[in-house]
Amino acid sequence: MSAIVVQDLTFQYRPGLGLDGVTFAVLPGELVGVVGPNTAGKSTLLRLLSKVLVPQRGRIQIAGRDVATTGRLALARQVAVVPQEFQVAFPFRVAEVVLMGRYPHTAGAAWGSRDHQIAWAAMETMGIGGLAGRSIDELSGGERQLVSIARALTQEPSILLLDEPTAHLDLRHQRTVLTTVLARRPEGRRTTVLVSHDLNLAAEHCDRLLLLVEGRVQAFGRPEEVMTSETLERAYGCAVEVERDPASGRPHLRSPLSQPGPLESNFLTPRM
Amino acid sequence: MRARTEGQGIGISRRGVFLWMGALLLASLLLSVMVGSVPIKPQEAIQALVKGGAGSDDAVATIVRKIRLPRALLAGIVGACLSLAGLGFQAISRNPLADPSILGVSSGASFGLMVAMLLGVAGPTSNPAVTTLFAFAGALLAAALVYAIARVDGRLPMTTLLLSGVIVGLFFTSCVMLATVLLAAAELQGVIFWLMGNLGPASTGSLGVLAVVLGIGVAALFREAPRLNVLALGEEQALQLGVEAERVKRVVFVAASLITGAAISAAGSIGFVGLIVPHAARLLLGPDNRNLVPMSVLLGAAFLILADLGARTVAGATELPVGVITSFCGAPLFVYLLRRRRGTESW
Repeated sequence: MSAIVVQDLTFQYRPGLGLDGVTFAVLPGELVGVVGPNTAGKSTLLRLLSKVLVPQRGRIQIAGRDVATTGRLALARQVAVVPQEFQVAFPFRVAEVVLMGRYPHTAGAAWGSRDHQIAWAAMETMGIGGLAGRSIDELSGGERQLVSIARALTQEPSILLLDEPTAHLDLRHQRTVLTTVLARRPEGRRTTVLVSHDLNLAAEHCDRLLLLVEGRVQAFGRPEEVMTSETLERAYGCAVEVERDPASGRPHLRSPLSQPGPLESNFLTPRM
Repeated sequence: MRARTEGQGIGISRRGVFLWMGALLLASLLLSVMVGSVPIKPQEAIQALVKGGAGSDDAVATIVRKIRLPRALLAGIVGACLSLAGLGFQAISRNPLADPSILGVSSGASFGLMVAMLLGVAGPTSNPAVTTLFAFAGALLAAALVYAIARVDGRLPMTTLLLSGVIVGLFFTSCVMLATVLLAAAELQGVIFWLMGNLGPASTGSLGVLAVVLGIGVAALFREAPRLNVLALGEEQALQLGVEAERVKRVVFVAASLITGAAISAAGSIGFVGLIVPHAARLLLGPDNRNLVPMSVLLGAAFLILADLGARTVAGATELPVGVITSFCGAPLFVYLLRRRRGTESW
């Protein structure tokens, strides 16, 4: 049985902006990357999967249950979201913010010792145990992102939705996220949907890629099937060269600057 | 870890903070009963409060029980109401600068009350529940307007929220001025005194209505406190954590307007209390609303009792409007909070 089934999913903010008839399915434990140009509808898809938005057409099933008829609390026990930006309005401590991930399980009752254990374990996993007593507004953007992920892990979801989780992180914090959340463990991994602008990151780590363009699925398959120069050129409207990463054997974008061309020889090489 | 998440950075346990602030409230209550044109000794005051006058001479008992205690109770309950309203508006707008007076909600409540006066249903002999209802309606109207104007893409950015609060406040203040012109000269002086914020003699009836409304407000906000905490992560994250954000905001919005209306109808427009008190409570206990709701009630009551004491005494025999004292405390704090936030957040 699929972990996520999306059928004919449609939500448009205005005609032409949003999702239009998107259909795909994610297997349990699978890591699916959602890629595509700006305004392709990637974040909209996450909002629909987490019931922040209600589909105008089509349906979503999560763990065999229709999202439309699932209560918010019940859904939040299955699905956790790491948003692109994590802003906390008041200076809560890191541990308090992470503990909010237990809300779907306690529904507002006082936290028990098990809740504290789970939150603590999530902070240790993300390497922020030392920040537990710090106020959230004293942290750097990167540290805040780790708090956000720890909060999502504290929810103990079977499905994790990540929106650009490494965008604001330096190399060390990126590694933490990659090794803990996106680690390639075929068994026991929670189903993960990763929205990313970084095609190389997505190709490197994801089992399959969903390429969205203007709200429609342009391609859905293994990275080597989706990341062809032909498909990407059509999606992004610019010249793309794909090569193989020698270590992983996965597709890899070639930097446009690494190919000597008329532009480079004319403007970028100093003329003596 | 549990200990670390509960205590805040002032080195006293949460229970200790509550005990100290409870003691502060009792002390301010006692002080306000003792101080006045006729000074009363502490033991006399306590005797008059506890024994109902038996054993102490009648004049002291009358001053304490008929004049000073009702006034102190009124100040206490109004302070608690305004603080709680401020806390509620801050939580649902995710903005520590929200306050009934800054958001123009107080002006809306004043306008509601002026309407009641023009209709002849408000006055010394009228039912305090009816006037409260009119002030509540005015507060609700103003708050709804502010939120409708300030809303941009489903969010309440700081600038638009403050600006629309100013605009709505000015508008309703003009409406109040218009209404004062229409009022008879005999009523006018009382109205002006009330508009400035007046903790004059309180009837048992109006104290009762206020207490009931405060109880409703405390119950509503305390019930929603865990969800208000989650709301600090933003509306979208709150939804993703299973919180029905719209319902929570609606409940708190109505409760905060109700307690604002009740406070305004009993004591007139007293500014900045809802800004100062939740801020102080946050400094003491951190931003967890489960602590802030009871703490705002305690601190708010103590603060307005002391502010009223100041208003009665600093200028000798002349009594200042208590709103002057609260504004003198609140305006600098507002500026400080605004300047501090500008460094950390783009707006």
